[in-house]
Amino acid sequence: MFYRTAGQFKTSYEADHALFPVRQDAYLLGFILLLAFVVFPLTASEFAFRALLIPVLIYSLAALGLNILTGYAGQLSLGTGAFMGVGAYACYKLLTIFPEMNIVIAIAMSGFFSAAVGVLFGLPSLRIKGFYLAIATLAAQFFLVWLFQKWAWLYNYNASGAIQVPNIEMFGITVAGPRAEAITQYYFVLCFVCAMTFFAINITRGRIGRMWKAVRDMDIAAELVGINLMRAKLTAFFVSSYIVGVSGALFVFLWRGAAEANLFDIPLSFRVLFIAIIGGLGSILGNYLGAILIVALPVIIGSVPEAFGIPIGSATVEHLNVMLVGALIITFLIVEPHGLARFWAMIREKLILWPFPH
Amino acid sequence: MDTLKGIFVDPFADMIAAPDFLLQVLWEGLVGGVLYALIALGFVLIFKSSRIFNFAQGIMVVFAALTLVGLHEKGVPALLALPLTLGVMFMLAVAIERAVLRPLVNQPDIILFMATIGITLFLIGLGEIIFGGENKVMITEQLGIPTGSFTLEPFGGFVSIEQKDLTAVIGAILLVGVLLLFLNKSKIGRAIRALGDDHQAALSVGISLSTIWVIVWFIAGVIALATGIVWGARAGVSFALEVIAYKALPVLMLGGLESVMGAIIGGLAIGILEKLFEIYWGQPLLGGNTEMWFAYVLALIVLLFRPQGLFGERIIERV
Repeated sequence: MFYRTAGQFKTSYEADHALFPVRQDAYLLGFILLLAFVVFPLTASEFAFRALLIPVLIYSLAALGLNILTGYAGQLSLGTGAFMGVGAYACYKLLTIFPEMNIVIAIAMSGFFSAAVGVLFGLPSLRIKGFYLAIATLAAQFFLVWLFQKWAWLYNYNASGAIQVPNIEMFGITVAGPRAEAITQYYFVLCFVCAMTFFAINITRGRIGRMWKAVRDMDIAAELVGINLMRAKLTAFFVSSYIVGVSGALFVFLWRGAAEANLFDIPLSFRVLFIAIIGGLGSILGNYLGAILIVALPVIIGSVPEAFGIPIGSATVEHLNVMLVGALIITFLIVEPHGLARFWAMIREKLILWPFPH
Repeated sequence: MDTLKGIFVDPFADMIAAPDFLLQVLWEGLVGGVLYALIALGFVLIFKSSRIFNFAQGIMVVFAALTLVGLHEKGVPALLALPLTLGVMFMLAVAIERAVLRPLVNQPDIILFMATIGITLFLIGLGEIIFGGENKVMITEQLGIPTGSFTLEPFGGFVSIEQKDLTAVIGAILLVGVLLLFLNKSKIGRAIRALGDDHQAALSVGISLSTIWVIVWFIAGVIALATGIVWGARAGVSFALEVIAYKALPVLMLGGLESVMGAIIGGLAIGILEKLFEIYWGQPLLGGNTEMWFAYVLALIVLLFRPQGLFGERIIERV
């Protein structure tokens, strides 16, 4: 009933390939955007912004970047955290060298540094495949984190070795730094994430996206039908690292406020990978669902037993969380390898057929 | 010019000037290399027999060492704790086979790899809940491992060798010897190699996939325990040990994923080379701590010339 497609006729190929071939999808998206732009900011508390909404957005953006590489182009990467670090450090250096620069431009530019590093570490993918490549990306992870520690120029020779976000104003409003308000930061991140998602949806739908999928499904066959493997793989590394770099800059400037090299360690890479796996590899929507689950899980574990009168310590919550995430990954791989996004796809199909089950 | 001299001349001059120190560095590297080789061996065994890239090998090392120490803390005598820990590792192998591997038979390699990452997380959480996260001391003496050290005096200098390192090297050689004998001569060993060659064919001549998987994972568990004891004696037992699993990955790349010889030679090579590089090039020129990435970069460079590693099987792809 909610998803009745009767009466929506397509009279051209263009209409059939439109972003929303089913009108109700557009309504649903509108509803979600309404929630994100109007309802949440009106109702959320400071805690909800800082602990739930902003991290969900930033993690889903990072997962989106990884998903383009792993889910669409089939190149497994374990170095996401380091590429986020490149974005963050690049943004920090840009803002120290050009203090007058608008922060939007600085963040957008910092993605290019990360993209360049990503392409550099993506070069071996032309020769190495599968697990060997996954470990090769770990080389990026360890080398870059080491570089963040040792290259004092990157953190302006601070005694602490960490980067601190200064107060940054845009049109008279403080958007980043200790004086910024949570709601401003939320809107800032939300706009960035929306723009990036729009870009990602269209690039994966188009010619480049189809090229990536062909390489993912079988690269030799793709080469035989005339796809330039080098271009396909390197564009995937470029686009993916760009998005990851931007998410890294947002991660530090709009959420954490300060960062040192260890923040971009393997656990961060893995957290992003889990979001992509649990959400669903090769889907855009999945990143958001996965991020919601991973960010909300520790909050749920912390609060639900307490509601039943069994208070548990914060260390136990952390351990339980790690254990549950591990179990969730295994369960998802067994039950639904396509992740949370596939659940939504199934519900949607059911809704289209409803009330007739066949 | 100075930089070039620092790279190409000074380190070698240092080596010749202090040969005893060089020997010490080589020995330290060798001991590290033996451990990398042991972990890599655990990976290779599982990969050979089931095409699973077992990311959980590192956490299995931690888990085995923690169980051993934890049991001893509960009052179990050390020599009884050892077989009990082996029993725990066997149960772990059975549980992993039942809960994770069996439902995922015939899935793409990458899915199984991610499942082992899931196992890693699960074991980290479980281990921290059971044993707590703090650092523990390995029960070296209670297990009868000598802990003193002695010095050799070559070239007029001296090289100090810890007895537990010597025990570790000898123990590792024995373990690898037994393992190779088992793989090459026993009936089960033959079945494992058959599974590694061709799953379908092995199944059709009546080799039980699930039994062999349990056995292979148990052997990996035994190797993990051995590594855990040795490494725990050097650095204490905590979840920080997991880092050595990351050190074993480039060893695998260097040696090739399905080669036992590759794991051993790659492990020793990386152990020695990374120590040499750290002492003679890393600390004077790069600010130290290059051990974090040296192995990876080395493996990456080798892979660019031989994408299947030094001893790996040539990958033939057809459409």
